[in-house]
Amino acid sequence: MATTVEQGKGIGVAALRKEDRKFLTGRGRYVDDIRMPGMLHMAIVRSQMPHADITGIDTAAAAGMPGVTAVLTADDLEFAAGVPCASNPTGDMVHPVRWPLAKGRVRHVGEPIAVVLAADRYAARDAADAVVVDYAELPAVTDVDAALADGAPRVHDELDSNVGLILAHKTDGVDDAFAKAEVVVEQTIRNQRLIHVPIETRGVVADWNPANDDLVVYSSTQVPHFLRTFLAIVCGVSEAKVRAIAPDVGGGFGSKLNAYAEEFIAAAVSRKVGAPVKWIEERSEAMLATCHGRAQDAHMSLAATKDGKVLGLRAHYVQDYGSYLQMLTPLISQLTFLMSPGAYAIPEVDVKVTNVYTNTVPTDALRGAGRPEATHAIERIMDILANELGMSRTEIRRRNFPTEFPFTTAIGLQLDSGDYSKTLDKLLELSDDKATFERRREEAAARGKLLGRGLSTWVEVCGFVPSDVARNALGLTPGGWESSTVRMHPTGKVTVITGTSPHGQGHATSWSQIVETELGVPFDDVEVIHGDTAFAPYGLGTYGSRSLAVGGTAVHLAAGKVREKAKLVAAQMLEAAPDDLDFSGGAFAVKGSPDKRATIQEVAFRAWQAFGMPEGVGPGLDETVFFDPPNCVFPFGAHGCEVEVDRDTGKVEITGYIAVDDCGNVINPMIVDGQVHGGVVHGIAQALYEGAEYDSGGQLVTGTLVDYLVPSAADVPHIETHRTVTPSPTNPLGVKGIGEAGTIASTPAVVGAVCDALGVRDLDMPLQPEAVWTAMQKGGAA
Amino acid sequence: MKSAVTITVNGAPRTAEVEPRTLLVHLLREHLNLTGTHVGCDTSNCGACTVWLGGEAVKSCTVLAVQADGREVTTIEGISGNGDLHPMQRAFHENHALQCGYCTPGMVMTAIKLLEENPEPTDEEIRHGLEGNLCRCTGYENIVAAVRAASGVTV
Amino acid sequence: MIPRAFAYERPTSVADAAGLLRTHGEGARILAGGHSLLPMMKLRLAAPETLIDIGGISSLRGVSDAGSHLVIGALTTHAEVAGSDLVRSGCPILAQAAASVGDMQVRNRGTIGGSLAQADPHGDLPTVLLALDGDVSAEGPDGIRTIAAADLFLGFLTTSLRPDEILTGVRVPKAANGAYVKFNRRAQDWAIVGVAAVVDGSSARIAITGVGAAPVRAEAAERAFSGGNAAEAAEHAAEGLDPPSDSAGSADYRRHLARVLTRRALEEATAG
Repeated sequence: MATTVEQGKGIGVAALRKEDRKFLTGRGRYVDDIRMPGMLHMAIVRSQMPHADITGIDTAAAAGMPGVTAVLTADDLEFAAGVPCASNPTGDMVHPVRWPLAKGRVRHVGEPIAVVLAADRYAARDAADAVVVDYAELPAVTDVDAALADGAPRVHDELDSNVGLILAHKTDGVDDAFAKAEVVVEQTIRNQRLIHVPIETRGVVADWNPANDDLVVYSSTQVPHFLRTFLAIVCGVSEAKVRAIAPDVGGGFGSKLNAYAEEFIAAAVSRKVGAPVKWIEERSEAMLATCHGRAQDAHMSLAATKDGKVLGLRAHYVQDYGSYLQMLTPLISQLTFLMSPGAYAIPEVDVKVTNVYTNTVPTDALRGAGRPEATHAIERIMDILANELGMSRTEIRRRNFPTEFPFTTAIGLQLDSGDYSKTLDKLLELSDDKATFERRREEAAARGKLLGRGLSTWVEVCGFVPSDVARNALGLTPGGWESSTVRMHPTGKVTVITGTSPHGQGHATSWSQIVETELGVPFDDVEVIHGDTAFAPYGLGTYGSRSLAVGGTAVHLAAGKVREKAKLVAAQMLEAAPDDLDFSGGAFAVKGSPDKRATIQEVAFRAWQAFGMPEGVGPGLDETVFFDPPNCVFPFGAHGCEVEVDRDTGKVEITGYIAVDDCGNVINPMIVDGQVHGGVVHGIAQALYEGAEYDSGGQLVTGTLVDYLVPSAADVPHIETHRTVTPSPTNPLGVKGIGEAGTIASTPAVVGAVCDALGVRDLDMPLQPEAVWTAMQKGGAA
Repeated sequence: MKSAVTITVNGAPRTAEVEPRTLLVHLLREHLNLTGTHVGCDTSNCGACTVWLGGEAVKSCTVLAVQADGREVTTIEGISGNGDLHPMQRAFHENHALQCGYCTPGMVMTAIKLLEENPEPTDEEIRHGLEGNLCRCTGYENIVAAVRAASGVTV
Repeated sequence: MIPRAFAYERPTSVADAAGLLRTHGEGARILAGGHSLLPMMKLRLAAPETLIDIGGISSLRGVSDAGSHLVIGALTTHAEVAGSDLVRSGCPILAQAAASVGDMQVRNRGTIGGSLAQADPHGDLPTVLLALDGDVSAEGPDGIRTIAAADLFLGFLTTSLRPDEILTGVRVPKAANGAYVKFNRRAQDWAIVGVAAVVDGSSARIAITGVGAAPVRAEAAERAFSGGNAAEAAEHAAEGLDPPSDSAGSADYRRHLARVLTRRALEEATAG
């Protein structure tokens, strides 16, 4: 039989991606590419009021329009439960119900009220515009200050106020630390509301088969198995009759880590009309209908010695939940809370989060999901402390790094491994020394530019999450494990079934690399199936930089079990004891008799034939592993950013950006770099360009890509990436996560650089030119 | 009121019945089943819908199908001959210039025209040439590298 | 994303187009490149009953040399204007402004005539035409007339074109020393403020966009320039302006940008 030839595309290689060809040739299959016979198009009528009772919905005109099959409201569809929230940090948090279609009351502009079904999307849109909704307007609160004011109108009547949840943790010595401190600095640091804007909006094709009551739902989702489970619960159908499929997904960044009203509506509508139903979100609709992110203010203060040793942290975060809880809404600020000390060994902490409902689009996970907020706030206040003390910003950080790992923070989080000085040192090696930089600053000033630089030393928690921690510490409904099946077929090819659900991260490529290394099977012989609940027994999806640490480990372990079983069968074939076999180059050979060998492909064929198997070994070569990680993982690093600010216009140009990151062992360095590039640019976009804004009437002012400023290649700089490797002890691959790291690290590096350029204490993002110019006018700039 | 339009798409004449308001991108995707061209916004910002009309890169979401009547359109499906990748597609692959792939067809179509206009661009010229194409995944770093590689310019 | 339904006409001559405008009246709009009109229709902010597509009238495209002037057909795209050797050598400020519009794809469709007829308060081409003291030709039922730039832009999205007139061409004087400086937050964006400066010996014509309902001539700045003093001129650039405040820029910032960009445009224009 054929001998195996590994392709040199195992772990550590910058293997080019398997996923590329279909995308490059326009043969990807995203949800809007899916067609079915008899498929109807759904358009959604959405609230134009931030807070109102619906006093009438007139569907008559719409129902009579050409091509229209039906116009449906909440009265026409039955749901067994509301839109799910799977996060309850305290266990006793009240979860206000959100019905997929508004029942009587709407609480934000954009909330779905009615749907139109038509033969094509043009007719559906025309008819949706012809539905007339009458409202009795209610007073609305559109920012947290208004929501917290005495006597503020309540977003949810069942609550006493607009406070949804408070978390607090105070160590015994923190008051003392502040009382005794030689210096205390305070600042309110804002993290503005953002909109994810994946280039593919959301979309669903729901196909209820009336012949046997099966439901198949295609959705642009990051979490197909969660979707399946929630479809069963919300739509009141047997989970065994539901299949959820994530086809090719055009980006998520957390916006598709959710279970949305529209998914349940499409399924219910398909059941009602007995035909497949497609809904594709328009972009301006997405700005109002897909969850937002961030929207958190941090009131920070540090108590320190004159030498820059931080004795205590007070952090009070105020989080805007928006009007409803979506799947993980409460978790986000909980993660900020947990990561509040950042990369520093701060002995005493007083941390609190106040979460507030407002009549705006709900907030939930957005790349980094609570950790960018924590890192931005702690990095900014550390810079402020350094400036107050006249100390170097790098020295003050170094002075406060933990030095021994694992390290348990004052909040109780155990950081698995790290060497924060290592990445900081590397960043400094790659950067100009102070004297050189100051010379360049002078030279820039002569050109009318203010030069500045900033840095961030970051650590983050990802690789979510041990199931016990998910339940006990975080109050999450789902666990945090991941599944993988590795199956070697009779002819030696391998299928990997993973519970992760990639949408750009290259899992098919990276998982194939893991299998090549583990089984000596060529990279090209491995197929990876993901995103389809018909295949994986269950998967927890892709988000939170977890897929490699948890899902990749599951692949590795399942492949290891395949090899172990193959060894037993090989031993039988070679008439040797299993311990007398070596495995290398994808083949088993008897030690000392290399001509007595069997390739793993030959073993696979035999295993499926299953004659003469060893005692206790059954047919086949197919192993499934559920890996529940013992801890989260904690990548870390140091980023440096240099800016030139135009003194006349306030425009900020990033003239240099260096990322030094440590995500443990690396499976595919090319993919890792790509994640850092994307993450950093996403953070730069937050720092300089983006911000979702509401007016006082509760209307989203930044409702299209004309006003919500996602940057192009012309608007962002070259990103230089470097790496150190500190393997994680948490999983056998020694890997951490990297997908969100760039976003977490970058905003404080950018903002710090602009503050350095202007000589100001802090600035609110986004640092658009007018904001910077205004800061310069107010003084502080040379 | 529908009317017939005939457009030469990827070298072949195609006829469809369309309303005047039918957008070219919808004609391509829905009537002709050429789903490689994508929709990413509704304000002509993102460029995911970029095709060539009369050999020029245009945003097909901002062209009516009727405006393209009698003209030639090339989509992403039409740029590789005989199953081989176009050099730009190959450069994107070799430089990891795509992740989720959704912006990729439009980005490739624009990038090819960029190099036709300016065969040896600087990185700054590449970035400006791509100002009408948004990507959320890559941070543009590898896209710029891919276009540079395709141009043969070494840094 | 999806416009409301409309009727569509595709005339093959200007006379036919003008006739159709007359027939359909207020419910009709001219469609050229469509990159101002179609985005508004897709958001359903505009819903004309009839679109009269003049894109096929090839006589309306092209750049020609008329001695002291350049004559440009209304359907000439921004890309064509930016790439035209005639424009680049004869009136480089116009090429510069055309090259700054939107992005490559937009420039391949947007036309100079469409841009001028649209009269967007942040528009680039109207500003440059104003600074050049150019004019446009308009054809209507009563024949052809010439409208000077100074008389063309009346207010917010409003020109002095009559409802039954079609802008058919643009005429600009050749001008060696001019510069258009545009300020925006992102490369593909409209100008927040843009300044076009054309310098002729010791005098300058300066027009500014983004500071009102329509682009305006900065007359105080022009007077202060006399003799070639860019800095002095810039000081006066915001005089008489009443800019709007909106999410892209406050009135104060726009006034400030008017001064900064006037200086930069004049310096660039005189640098040659």
